[in-house]
Amino acid sequence: MSSEQQLKLFEVFVRSKRGLDHKHVGSLHAEDAEQALEYARDCYTRRSEGVSLWVVNSSDIVSSQEEDAESFYDPMDDKPYRHATHYQLPDAVNNM
Amino acid sequence: MTQFKLNEQQLEAAFQARVDAEQKIEPKDWMPETYRKNLIRQMSQHAHSEVIGMQPEGNWISRAPTLRRKMVLLAKVQDEGGHALYLYSATETLGVTRDELIEALHDGRAKYASIFNYPSLSWADIGAIGWLVDGAAIVNQITLQRTSYGPYARSMVRICKEESFHQRQGYESLIVLANGSPEQKAMAQDALNRWWWPALMMFGPHDAESAHSAQSMKWKIKRKSNDELRQAFIDQTMPQIEFLGLTVPDPDMKWNEQRGSYDHGELDWDEFQRVINGDGPCNRDRIEHHKKAHAEGEWVRDALRAYESKKRQRLAA
Repeated sequence: MSSEQQLKLFEVFVRSKRGLDHKHVGSLHAEDAEQALEYARDCYTRRSEGVSLWVVNSSDIVSSQEEDAESFYDPMDDKPYRHATHYQLPDAVNNM
Repeated sequence: MTQFKLNEQQLEAAFQARVDAEQKIEPKDWMPETYRKNLIRQMSQHAHSEVIGMQPEGNWISRAPTLRRKMVLLAKVQDEGGHALYLYSATETLGVTRDELIEALHDGRAKYASIFNYPSLSWADIGAIGWLVDGAAIVNQITLQRTSYGPYARSMVRICKEESFHQRQGYESLIVLANGSPEQKAMAQDALNRWWWPALMMFGPHDAESAHSAQSMKWKIKRKSNDELRQAFIDQTMPQIEFLGLTVPDPDMKWNEQRGSYDHGELDWDEFQRVINGDGPCNRDRIEHHKKAHAEGEWVRDALRAYESKKRQRLAA
């Protein structure tokens, strides 16, 4: 199949239980969002894996790049004071 | 728009059954209009509190006594802004826009925690805010991790996790003051005197007088009553006051052996009503400041829109 004929790619997210976040489980090709939802049901929830499905056009996903990790995350490494464990309290009041 | 196959009554019964079974309600589910409205009110009030709460603390960033305290305070205030963002976004899943929420804040229809209408007069206030105000908020928010609306519950989990340092940093800085010079210890006591009662008021009116409580409990939006939460906060905070060697500004505070809990004096409910209704020490300042910051940020939003439309025109060309 030439690339022009190829169906659009969708990313599939499943909510396994009410109250939990949708979690990425994989992707599939479909003509449109509605069809993607049906395929996702057949493909990813054959064993009652979920109570809700999201499908998102893969081309709509914007992702950070691995090589950008430094500028994205390095500045966070030297801020230990953002963590509760950074503050040493005496035992008497330490259950705060 | 989602289509539902049942009639209104059946939908409402199914909704309540789901809530009773401790299942979460999710954005695309059918829900009673009053549940939606009630949630929008409570969640936006919570979001506004996070963002207005940045003001009394922001007041001391440039005057923090050490570089470490300054970095900690910056990180905390930054967290509050982030928490407002989680909560606004979660509120928007109920079909209301950010602009509508901000407008309601500006014209006074939406409230925020009345404690942020008190001024932060000394550095010790920053310690007291972290310890008492965040401490009271955490007591409330821990129970809200089990609230019935999924997006609200999930944002609470995230917020509680991030906030675990807020209370500790405040208490830590008060330990330093309470063990410092007599002047420093007096500063700590003065901060406790001024923040104690407003912190207790954060839990809202007595259960019997709380306008939205009964319905919110039935819908499991609220999981514990105002008075229960207030008592839990008092019981956990009293030993912390004693440890600092400070005195709680309530002559009626007494350990009740029988209840295994503290008895406390009555709150000044007139003051509570006054501050809620706009007549606290800083109400006007807080909203004026927010309006000003919002207006001064307009050029950034304009620039983003202009850039976006330029990009679209280029793509079309």
